[in-house]
Amino acid sequence: MDARATSHDQLSSRGGDLSGSVIIREIKASGIEFVVSLPDITTSEGLLRPLALGASPRLIRVCKEDEGIGICAGLAHCGKRALLLIQQTGMLDSINAIRGVAVEYELPICMMVGLLEKEPGVRPRESKRYGVRIVEPILDAMGIAYHEIEGAADTSKIKPAIDDAYARSRPVALLIGRRPLAS
Amino acid sequence: MMKSDDCLKALARHVTDADIVVPVYTAAFDWILIRPHQLNYLAHGAMGLASSHGLGLALGRPDKRVIVLDGDGSLLMNLGSLVSIAEAAPPNLIHFLCENGTYEANGGHPIPNRRGVDFAGFARSAGYRGVHTFSDLKIFEQQVGAILAEPGPVFVDLKVSPSGPQNRDYSLLHGPAVRAATRAALMAS
Repeated sequence: MDARATSHDQLSSRGGDLSGSVIIREIKASGIEFVVSLPDITTSEGLLRPLALGASPRLIRVCKEDEGIGICAGLAHCGKRALLLIQQTGMLDSINAIRGVAVEYELPICMMVGLLEKEPGVRPRESKRYGVRIVEPILDAMGIAYHEIEGAADTSKIKPAIDDAYARSRPVALLIGRRPLAS
Repeated sequence: MMKSDDCLKALARHVTDADIVVPVYTAAFDWILIRPHQLNYLAHGAMGLASSHGLGLALGRPDKRVIVLDGDGSLLMNLGSLVSIAEAAPPNLIHFLCENGTYEANGGHPIPNRRGVDFAGFARSAGYRGVHTFSDLKIFEQQVGAILAEPGPVFVDLKVSPSGPQNRDYSLLHGPAVRAATRAALMAS
């Protein structure tokens, strides 16, 4: 399994608050043509709502997160870049699809995952919330690269992470640790 | 009730070299014998995701017709995909269902409420543009060509009997060489 890409940067709102518009700019700069999503409360206002107002990338709404794994896989086979925008609860619900399609088939499934109830400024694996604390160890166990996106400075990780996922044809998870501002 | 492989043979007569076909498990093992082709997209993991892969392919290649050959047990695990497909509304997606009433690839156990469930009703109420049901092979043979020319998303419920014994070598569906060949063929086509 590939080396993980866990960020060990000091976790804080480095560089200021997360900006939804900057994240969207990075998503577009990454060549993402489709965002496949089920609403996530962390990214609802700052990311999903403005994405829904734009024509590009095209928003594909799904009923369950594992559908998105399949859709992104089909798009990847067509040479199209996609981002799955979900909550960690949905990611956990989709573990078998991620295991089979993303990891075992070695496909560049890019997930942007809002961490429901993560305390701002606290590393995910140090969260008091069980549902947050287990996310990174599960990704470690599956050999999936991940990056913590907590402050404005972290948005610079997005494009390299997506480019790397496509270059290596491997999945990646971008963990959104606090609510981005809509601006 | 129709034989599944007879239906697939009738369908294969209308499938072109440009089409992408996404067959699931039991249908896939019949299909790869009936119509081996590099644009058969066979690796879609488990738990009923073929229709979602089909949606991704249809969105990614609007120039191509995408034909999903789903199973009823598979679709029951991914029913929400009917609604997602209806909203995305790809005009190039034709979604066939081989309804045999069983989880045939997993021992032939019946699906829940096999005599009461209405898959065509699901697709219709989800918002598919066209919905058809067939239980007579001759009628299906007469109409399948025209159905493939309809704007999608179209759902076609085929009432079939179980296929029976098959050589279910799953490496033929999602082995590394098969996956690589499909990916290369898609990128080259």
